[in-house]
Amino acid sequence: MSGKVRACYACQRNGRLTCRRTRLGEPCLKTYPLECVNLLKRARIAFQAGRTLTEGFRLAQLEAVVRMLEEHECDFVDALGRDLHKPRFETVVSELIPVKNEAFHAISNLKKWMQPQHVEGNMSTTLDECLVVSEPLGVVFIIGAWCSPVQMCLVPLVGAIAAGNCAIISPSECTAHTAELLHRLIPFYLENECFHVIIAGTSDLPEVLELKYDHVFFTGNREEGSRIAQAAARTLTPVTLVLGGKNPCYVDQHCEIATTAQRIAWARFHNAGQNVVAPDYILCHTNVKAQLVQALKGCLMQFYGSDPRESRSYGRMVNLEIFNRTRDMLWRSGKVAVGGQVIEAEKYIAPTILTEVTGPDSVMQQDVFGPVLPVLTVMCMDEAIAFINKQEKPLCVYAYSSNSKVISRLMSETSSGSFCSNDSILQSLMVTLPFGGVGASGMGSYHGRYSFDTFSHRKSCLLRGTRFECVTYLRYPPYEDRNLSLMTWASTLSQKSQGWCQIL
Amino acid sequence: MSREQLVVQQARKSFQTGKSKPLQYRILQLNSLLRFISERRRNIADAVKRDLGKSENGAELFETLGLEGEIKLAIGKLAEWAAPRPVEKNLLTISDEVYVQPEPLGVVLIIGAWNYPWAVTLQPLVGAIAAGNAAVIKPSEVSPHSAKVMEELLPLYLDKDLYPVVTGGVAETQELLKQRFDHIFYTGNSTVGKLVMKAASYHLTPVTLELGGKSPCYIDKSCDITVACRRITWGKFVNCGQTCIAPDYVLCEPCIQSRVIEEIEKSIKEFYTDDPKSFEDYGRIINQRHFKRVMALMEGSSVAVGGDSDESQCYIAPTVLKDVTRDSKVMKEEIFGPLLPIIAVSGVDEAIQFINEREKPLVVYVFSHDNKLIKRVLAETSSGALLANDCLVHFTVSALPFGGVGNSGMGCYHGRYSFDQFSHLRSCLIKQLKMEAVNSMRYPPHTAKKLGWARFLLLKQVNVCKLQRVSLVIMLAGLAAFVVQRFLRRG
Repeated sequence: MSGKVRACYACQRNGRLTCRRTRLGEPCLKTYPLECVNLLKRARIAFQAGRTLTEGFRLAQLEAVVRMLEEHECDFVDALGRDLHKPRFETVVSELIPVKNEAFHAISNLKKWMQPQHVEGNMSTTLDECLVVSEPLGVVFIIGAWCSPVQMCLVPLVGAIAAGNCAIISPSECTAHTAELLHRLIPFYLENECFHVIIAGTSDLPEVLELKYDHVFFTGNREEGSRIAQAAARTLTPVTLVLGGKNPCYVDQHCEIATTAQRIAWARFHNAGQNVVAPDYILCHTNVKAQLVQALKGCLMQFYGSDPRESRSYGRMVNLEIFNRTRDMLWRSGKVAVGGQVIEAEKYIAPTILTEVTGPDSVMQQDVFGPVLPVLTVMCMDEAIAFINKQEKPLCVYAYSSNSKVISRLMSETSSGSFCSNDSILQSLMVTLPFGGVGASGMGSYHGRYSFDTFSHRKSCLLRGTRFECVTYLRYPPYEDRNLSLMTWASTLSQKSQGWCQIL
Repeated sequence: MSREQLVVQQARKSFQTGKSKPLQYRILQLNSLLRFISERRRNIADAVKRDLGKSENGAELFETLGLEGEIKLAIGKLAEWAAPRPVEKNLLTISDEVYVQPEPLGVVLIIGAWNYPWAVTLQPLVGAIAAGNAAVIKPSEVSPHSAKVMEELLPLYLDKDLYPVVTGGVAETQELLKQRFDHIFYTGNSTVGKLVMKAASYHLTPVTLELGGKSPCYIDKSCDITVACRRITWGKFVNCGQTCIAPDYVLCEPCIQSRVIEEIEKSIKEFYTDDPKSFEDYGRIINQRHFKRVMALMEGSSVAVGGDSDESQCYIAPTVLKDVTRDSKVMKEEIFGPLLPIIAVSGVDEAIQFINEREKPLVVYVFSHDNKLIKRVLAETSSGALLANDCLVHFTVSALPFGGVGNSGMGCYHGRYSFDQFSHLRSCLIKQLKMEAVNSMRYPPHTAKKLGWARFLLLKQVNVCKLQRVSLVIMLAGLAAFVVQRFLRRG
């Protein structure tokens, strides 16, 4: 995709040496910041015309998203197969189904979410209506990541649509086929003026962000996240950032090793390890380490056979840059206990388990976005907790143990975006749980109702009458002590404790 | 190492000891804060009088009344807010524990403002303490007396390592902003807001910004103009117009304009007497710089009421301006002073258009008897909040989120929202190592059969409650059938 490919005419004109063409002979689909100005303008006009405000419109768009995924399942499988060598199963289960679930959830709950929420006032507002109304923000910008390209663009999009916004989506250019597919399909399913797909490089993004959006949703790594946040600060644009992190996974001495190994192996090696919520490294109790490594080896054999390269269920690295980075990490850290084979031409890295890894090793200094699983040993849980807390707060913390006290302790003494015991990844697939990071792993959250809230503004409304001025007079100057005590009384009591107020 | 660096480091060390985690500790600190407000009422009122010329009763009404309410609410509800929040499960997680656990963020920074130096600086602190964080408090240097009192007296009540007060000017604030926090809460203007957000972005720190804007006030000809004007007068001239949610300008039809001006003039006399300058309950502009700024805004518009001023006292009389257009100087920035421009519009359509041409404000006010009109303004404009037929009071309702949107800010607080703003809501899924057979369908090698199972199990969300209800109904039906059968048999 890069380097030796000759740039198309448009890219050459813009002084670029590399180009984004998915098939030779086809025009480059790269969107330049200037084009974004036009798209943003069109989206704004569409938003101001009020098109996205009705429930009917939002439902129609959500249903269209589902239809698009159903009617083009094969195209998505094909595109992701080319980009990441993703097996059909994974595409359907980890990319398409989560988006459909989100859309169904939004469709069945939209009416409820759109309803104004009545809230409890205080006594001085007894006769008034206090409500919280959710209104759309305007035009939102969604930047997807390459590890789960469909899910990470379309799940936030579902939230943005449900909340009544217009949206501009930028799928990652690293997964070129998927980006191109979305770019081609979305205009056939979603309202053309309200929703646009652009294909921009991450280096162009800060410039694109100079144009004012009403919310920016970004999934990616920390450095890019910080740049996005800085660009957004210039225009006071709120952001949601879902960033990476080293997700620790603690394996206790009291746990069922076979099941543990299976769940960890699945979580780590699906999509060839390119998953933002996968366990990044294992902190294994010294008593069970050997067993765990053996069990993991067995699972890998079971999942991918003796040569994962031949397996149809095993993926590839998305591009050479990630491949090189992961390979370097692998070669410079610890000892290879399982796997370790690499084939550059195919961007293939075998499922690899590293042992004798220490803190300063290269694999522990950066996020592992590949099929490499370092296993570190700890003497006790305290050591594990201390180690985890020395690192930045990750997206997820995992713990495997049959002792619920161990689980509770690990949960309460660490901090992360989310926590899951005795399994991995599932907590990020649930529509009812907020998914997001904290600290260095991000800010804000989404999924289900949380997506709707992320892309809405909750406006407080207090609707009073102009009668009963006799009560209101208490607050006007001149301020007298008597008035003050009456006001104190009136403003601190709530309706619930004074049931008789409701009769009024 | 600078003083600010040391303070933040100390706060972090203190937080890491875990002492702010137990709810009992947080309630203890909140009770101390409550005691501080009641025991030091005089000091607080005195400081506010020196900073803003507010009378003692005025200070209590606007600074500490709301604060006390928030603290009591937090103390009463803390157990509920901090408890795990269970969520709806799906078929695959039916036997698991699924919930959201609120957790403290760590060390937060609260930058206060000068217009309500106590309310605006300490109300966020209530949320920060309740959520279990350490908090560095930076009161505004523009209200120096209040800042000094806070610095001297607060450490006598609150843990001085966990909740240090740092005073200082621009340089000290910039030094503070270089440090790493887990959340920054800023109240002030959008220029500095952008700088705060930028500084925060280097550390990936989330922010809550309570900024300002020009809050429009539309008076419909159908409303009770006397009451409306009285409420607007109150809302506008409280604290000498230096309230972020004060009605900034009035929009009304030309036919009621003179009546509006007349009623406002009457209300001003009623509240502040014929000579507001000598009246105890009328405040002053915070300092010379703001005085000059506000005076300059009057250029180009005619004064309908008031207009006099006294630079030596930073006094500006309650003033109403007419013949104001969208290009007048007074419409170019947030007034934050006792000038009330009245702009003529042909009706609610033009008013809505006028409002939408500008940045989203903190509040939109509308005075009308016509509910349809109110609902229209509600639906067709966007702002932090909307108030019909009154001013400012939504601030006192703890159940309403208080915050801005767009240029007027991001994030919200008050009541439970304060707690949530300073917490991290962590998703928790507690599973067991059993029932592995169910999981086996997700493991490679992938087959079409497994895919079919996956589709079935994952695609539909089953509401557990519904399942329970359905099974209950089936059970009851079965039981009923059984009973009827036995009865029939007997008979």
